[in-house]
Amino acid sequence: MGRFHPRIHNRVLALLVLLGLAVAWGLAFLKYAPNRLVSGAAISLGDVLMDRWDAGQGLALGAILVPALLLGAAVFLPPRRTTQVVVSLAATLLLTGLAWLAADEAARLAALAEAASGMSPGIERTSLGGAFWTLAALSWLAAADALGRLGLKPALRLAASAAVIAPLLVLLGSGALAHLSLLREYANRADVFNAALLQHVQIVLASLLPALLVGVPLGVASVRAGRWMQALRPVLFSTLNLIQTIPSIALFGLLMAPLALLAASVPLLAQWGIKGVGMAPAVLALMLYSLLPVVRSTAAGLEQVPRPVIDAALGMGLSERQIFWKVEVPLALPVFLAGLRVATVQTIGMAVVAALIGAGGFGAIMFQGLLGGALDLVLLGVVPVVAMAVLADALLKALAASLAHDA
Amino acid sequence: MIELQAVSKRYDSLVVIDELSLHIAQGELVVILGGSGSGKSTLLRMMNRLVEHDSGRILFAGEEIRNFKPEDLRRRMGYAIQSVGLFPHWSVEKNIATVPQLLNWSPSRIDARVDELLTLLQLEPALFRHRLPHQLSGGQQQRVGVARALAGDPEVLLMDEPFGALDPVTRSALQLEIARIHKTFGKTIVLVTHDIDEALGLATRIVLLDQGRIAQSGTPLEIVSSPANDFVLDFLGRGDVGIKLLGLRRVADHVRPALPGQAMTNAMTGEPIQASLSLREALSVFVSRRVSQLDVIDGEGQLLGCITLSDLLAPGRPTDKAGTVATP
Repeated sequence: MGRFHPRIHNRVLALLVLLGLAVAWGLAFLKYAPNRLVSGAAISLGDVLMDRWDAGQGLALGAILVPALLLGAAVFLPPRRTTQVVVSLAATLLLTGLAWLAADEAARLAALAEAASGMSPGIERTSLGGAFWTLAALSWLAAADALGRLGLKPALRLAASAAVIAPLLVLLGSGALAHLSLLREYANRADVFNAALLQHVQIVLASLLPALLVGVPLGVASVRAGRWMQALRPVLFSTLNLIQTIPSIALFGLLMAPLALLAASVPLLAQWGIKGVGMAPAVLALMLYSLLPVVRSTAAGLEQVPRPVIDAALGMGLSERQIFWKVEVPLALPVFLAGLRVATVQTIGMAVVAALIGAGGFGAIMFQGLLGGALDLVLLGVVPVVAMAVLADALLKALAASLAHDA
Repeated sequence: MIELQAVSKRYDSLVVIDELSLHIAQGELVVILGGSGSGKSTLLRMMNRLVEHDSGRILFAGEEIRNFKPEDLRRRMGYAIQSVGLFPHWSVEKNIATVPQLLNWSPSRIDARVDELLTLLQLEPALFRHRLPHQLSGGQQQRVGVARALAGDPEVLLMDEPFGALDPVTRSALQLEIARIHKTFGKTIVLVTHDIDEALGLATRIVLLDQGRIAQSGTPLEIVSSPANDFVLDFLGRGDVGIKLLGLRRVADHVRPALPGQAMTNAMTGEPIQASLSLREALSVFVSRRVSQLDVIDGEGQLLGCITLSDLLAPGRPTDKAGTVATP
């Protein structure tokens, strides 16, 4: 046996670990303020861990240090399957441990505050700091990277990704995180939050479904050989491209006037809730934005079906309709789904801005936080939007991959 | 089986097929031969209405093809193309089952048919049934393409440069396969190629096209032994005609019979040669062994007689087992 020569086998993980160390050192893990109006004092991860050390709470220490050391060691391990499994488990543990430690510290601080001042409970604010968010993101990246290297089948990979998040969701559901300011804010306005969730989903669906209903037939028509369509195609695509270049707030604004006019002149439309502000211009604008990716991916999907395949299908006596449904659609689907993914993620994100014209949704919570300078409120609006986008992205990706797999 | 009467096709001002008449009888293996731009593919694609002809009449089984629904017509004709055109998202099994499925065969019949065809084309069914096209080599893909074209038991098999993209070894293996299928089932086959050797080796009749017209039509032997004009001669390769002619004749037809009880003379000439060889192969043996006489044996190793170098020049005495080339 020769001496052990440390060699970096996983450069991605090495980078993540180094970043993690730097962030844990330099940024605040938590911020504590006696009430929500004053800005808080930073508490570093080191401070929290030292406290736990002094208090002899080995579990809390272990929950952070053990997975962190495992990840650090895995940088030097040869890239076997076991290594990837260990990395994804350690990253999951670290992610959970960070949230749990933050929540535990928040609970301790809440108890201290109550005991010290006799203030009514729930006034003090312990919010998550930059180090927490960055470390959580790095843990997630480490897990995702390891799962990617395992080369799992699409459905299994999706399930494994869900398993990385699952302990966090359990913590969230159990109420263990309740003393964190983000959850305090949620508790204060659970009804607003739930209404925003519903509105947001409504805006996204109401924009995407019409975009599909209009965009898919347009995309199909644009690749068909009709003379009219061949002439119209450049016009169609440059119009859609043009729409895409208009900034979203400008487009909302541009749509307000005509819609207001329409609502004023046709009372029936006004009765249906179509007016210059609110859902109607938002949905219309978002639909216009998602039209380009939908039309383009439909057309691109159909165009990349190899000509000889269609030729052979024709030669064997499949009818045009059979060729379309049995050959062209399945072969175009992966490309189309990629476009739909872009459209969905884009719509979920842009729907935030739609709050500016009174469409509601998570954007309303976010802007309220921005105007009030309440960072936790901003996060309460942003975090679920990010979660929605990531979820939609992962689901559509898995769907496309599973189609490619068993096609 | 298929009859073309004064058929023309033009693309804008370009005449691709010019008043062409052709009768393809049941059981023939007609090779439509021509250079690029000769209209050979168009001619084939008009037969299953992938291209509509402008004037003239095309009859299939005695009926004008425009009286058929195109889909019905195409399901009665197998179709295989150079780039194979296998459906990339379907397994080998499903690809082959395409036409039977369109014809509403029962699942058990389709299953049996897929097995039968895979076996026929020397692809182990258990091994290949569930593979996807991209998991096959080029030659295997083309075998599946041929199997798919044969699946619905079509009356005619149309093949558009089916082996064009294959390496020489795979190509000759598949050519043998087609010859075997033609011999076994007596199917009418129309095959388009630009490869003169493929045509000479496979065809019962060659139709040589030049600018949308038939330059010459006849058996390989007829075409090689009496080229109709300079174009045909050029297409055959002027310097090569003699060799090609030898390639079409069999040693069996040129043997000097041995006297009863006569022993072999192989002390001088080495191993005897098989009677089933072509004269071209025999010539090669003469040259490589530097001899002017060879003993000839039949498939069982029985001495038939001998052949001399000068016998190659003789017109030959066609027997009834004239190899793969049918005489008219």
